[in-house]
Amino acid sequence: MSSQFQVVGTRPVRHDGADKVTGRALYGADIQLAGLIHGFVLRSPHAHARIKRIDTSKAEAFPGVKAVITAADFPVTPDRIVDLGEGDTPLSYVRGNMLASGKVLYKGHAVAAVAATNVHIAEEAASLIEVEYEPLPCVLTAPDAMKDGAPILHDDLRMKELGEATDKPGNVAEHFRHVKGAVEDGFQLADKIIEREFSTATVHQGYIEPHNATALWNNDGRVLVWCSTQGSFVVRDVTACVLDLPVSQVKVTPMEIGGGFGGKIPVYLEPVAALLSKKSGRPVKIVMPRQAVLEATGPTPGSSIKVKIGATKDGRFTAAQATLAYEAGAYPGSMVGPGAMCVFAAYDIDHITIDGYDVCVNKPSTAAYRAPGASNAAFATESVVDELAETLGIDPIELRLRNAAKEGTRRADGPKYRKIGCVEVLEAMKNHPHYKAPLEGPNRGRGVAVGFWFNVGLPSSVNIAVNADGTVNLVEGSTDIGGTRTSIAMQAAEVLGLPAESVLPSVVDTDSIGFTAVTGGSRTTFATGWAAHDAAQDVVRQIKERAAALWETTADKVKHSRGVYSCNGKSATFAELAAKLGETGGPVVGRAAINPRGVGGSFSGVITDVEVDPDTGKTTILRFTSFQDAGRAIHPSYVEGQMQGGSVQGIGWALNEEYYMSADGVMQNSSLLDYRMPTSLDLPMIDTHIVEVPNPAHPFGVRGVGEANIVPPPAAIANAIYRAAGVRMRRLPMNPPAVMEAVWRKP
Amino acid sequence: MAVVFIPTLLQDLTGGLSKIEASGATIRDLIAALDQLHPGLAARLTEDDRLRPNISVAVDGEISPLGLLEKVSPTSEVHFLTAIKGGRQSCEEDCLSG
Repeated sequence: MSSQFQVVGTRPVRHDGADKVTGRALYGADIQLAGLIHGFVLRSPHAHARIKRIDTSKAEAFPGVKAVITAADFPVTPDRIVDLGEGDTPLSYVRGNMLASGKVLYKGHAVAAVAATNVHIAEEAASLIEVEYEPLPCVLTAPDAMKDGAPILHDDLRMKELGEATDKPGNVAEHFRHVKGAVEDGFQLADKIIEREFSTATVHQGYIEPHNATALWNNDGRVLVWCSTQGSFVVRDVTACVLDLPVSQVKVTPMEIGGGFGGKIPVYLEPVAALLSKKSGRPVKIVMPRQAVLEATGPTPGSSIKVKIGATKDGRFTAAQATLAYEAGAYPGSMVGPGAMCVFAAYDIDHITIDGYDVCVNKPSTAAYRAPGASNAAFATESVVDELAETLGIDPIELRLRNAAKEGTRRADGPKYRKIGCVEVLEAMKNHPHYKAPLEGPNRGRGVAVGFWFNVGLPSSVNIAVNADGTVNLVEGSTDIGGTRTSIAMQAAEVLGLPAESVLPSVVDTDSIGFTAVTGGSRTTFATGWAAHDAAQDVVRQIKERAAALWETTADKVKHSRGVYSCNGKSATFAELAAKLGETGGPVVGRAAINPRGVGGSFSGVITDVEVDPDTGKTTILRFTSFQDAGRAIHPSYVEGQMQGGSVQGIGWALNEEYYMSADGVMQNSSLLDYRMPTSLDLPMIDTHIVEVPNPAHPFGVRGVGEANIVPPPAAIANAIYRAAGVRMRRLPMNPPAVMEAVWRKP
Repeated sequence: MAVVFIPTLLQDLTGGLSKIEASGATIRDLIAALDQLHPGLAARLTEDDRLRPNISVAVDGEISPLGLLEKVSPTSEVHFLTAIKGGRQSCEEDCLSG
């Protein structure tokens, strides 16, 4: 704990804890409104097909049905680019993913929607909708989709080759390149060069709460929405855009959220529910079935990656080259850009070339998933680095330290790092008892890896109103996924000199707070916390004025320290002054709306011990320690929770999780019984070690901790499997059949 | 003068140059100066007096939230970064023309 703070670095009980543990917290599916009816979305049975005809007449005539819609019910407006929260996308793609028009591009693609007096009637009526499809061949992986003659998803898609528009139709939406130095010259300097190819499967974020949306198209023309989202303002703006309404006509109330991890940034249901409401005159609720969550919302892209690194005998990297082809899914916009930014981000290398390809395939349109694109890339890079360490006879952490990125290192995509904690994370790993502990027994191995996520800033707004009892109400627009109500409230409490419990945070609707960007990019504790800091300072400024009025002096003469205001021998606590607001001028409300600079990227690392069953290929995690530079850990328990959560997801990605697709593009494991995520029975305690290299730009040094922790686990586990079983795994997941196949192929 | 790093995607307009020195008080000024030196850069970087949706600008290592309004100093290092979310060419052209 940092001693200069009273609140920052402590572990208060979370403000929403009682509601969560007693089941009183209200989630989207809990919404009940007068006259509420229920929606159901009809989805494509084909991975790729042309829609020749849709006849909804039988569904419309079905008793209990109040409305039926298709893509034809969307307003007709010119295409344009819209901001989806973490990137810009053409409106036609957004609408096309909500309700297909012309073609279906993946199994589960929404085609029509029905609203009825109950969900069972809606589902049965949806089955009466006649859709005539012309099935088309499908393509499911980036390498296949890049071949000449591959089935083409978008007839009008033309590849951009290094920024230049081409007239070449195909599935590659974009090919870009980052260049630093002269990579071939760098390889000439190397004594050892290792080049390997890797692939990773499509995996889902696996949030437990399904997507849901309730909408009421009110008689006054306003659309009211209640939903589970990482960004209420994104839902507002996308809904307004899709429905061709001014943003002021849409009000979004974010409900509690049962997990998102990036997957609840895209908007799927809200405009559909709104259109059903408009047609029926009733509020409409849609809750996505689990199968639809897996088949029709955005997983993270599968990928094919080639990495080549050259090094001198004494372990200095001379050059690195990567080619990354990421599956975008049905619409352009995979996470290959962030993957390319992160693939060599941990290293200071003079000569780098990175090529990225964004490739459409007949799978659901991909979405962000916790450091999107970076885990794929780190799996490749950190595996090659591990192989280099073995070849050169250098300890794997020592090799990383010799090449570690530091302040002033220029990344391949351009900018130089400011203060970062890559070296500090590696030093913490090297000196940790886990790394020094002996690992004994057959079929066991230890692996290490590091990872990076750059984090983002983006706008946030906070209001703080002072109560007469000396508490404050903090109002924010950041939906709380991982305890951010508390980490934000704590930053306000620190400034005000109050206990965290005296700051009462609320996440409110889009009418009730200024624009606030998504809870994503590890930004919330950083940016909304910064806004809370500034709003609290605004409160302090006003309280000084009130004290000055009482003491017949000027505000500049009033001092504030840890919740006590003083001047010329007089002093009063915040609570004492709050009790006198009425007589000193009325209510005090502090405000801040910021678009912060000074984002601090976060490095992470993993040490893990595994045991591989030689008969089955099953990998058991024996010990797992996660390291991460938090900048400053506002609430260490929540930082540890993020590190543990990211680690567990990374373990699932490494060992089990994948979209298991049939040749005709149908996901074969679209239930949580068959889509195998780790449970507590599969895992040891995930130990954590928080590194604190404060971000000098942030008032409290925060970097953001939600994502970097998922980056190194797959590579660390692969490296451990190598030492346990003697096989280099180059495909995720490394499930028992894959490990056994590798063992059997071992020379 | 500020040093502007040209991404690979735009080096076809600069004859392969990856770094160009240019002067100006803001990113808008810099782009105007760059366009004088290498015609066509402004059109690739901006539309409707804003940075294009797939372009962001970093000044001294920091992605700017202000875009064209961001101030630069004579010692600044400026990077234009390309984002690739979305990217259907015909749509972008529609948007540009619309």
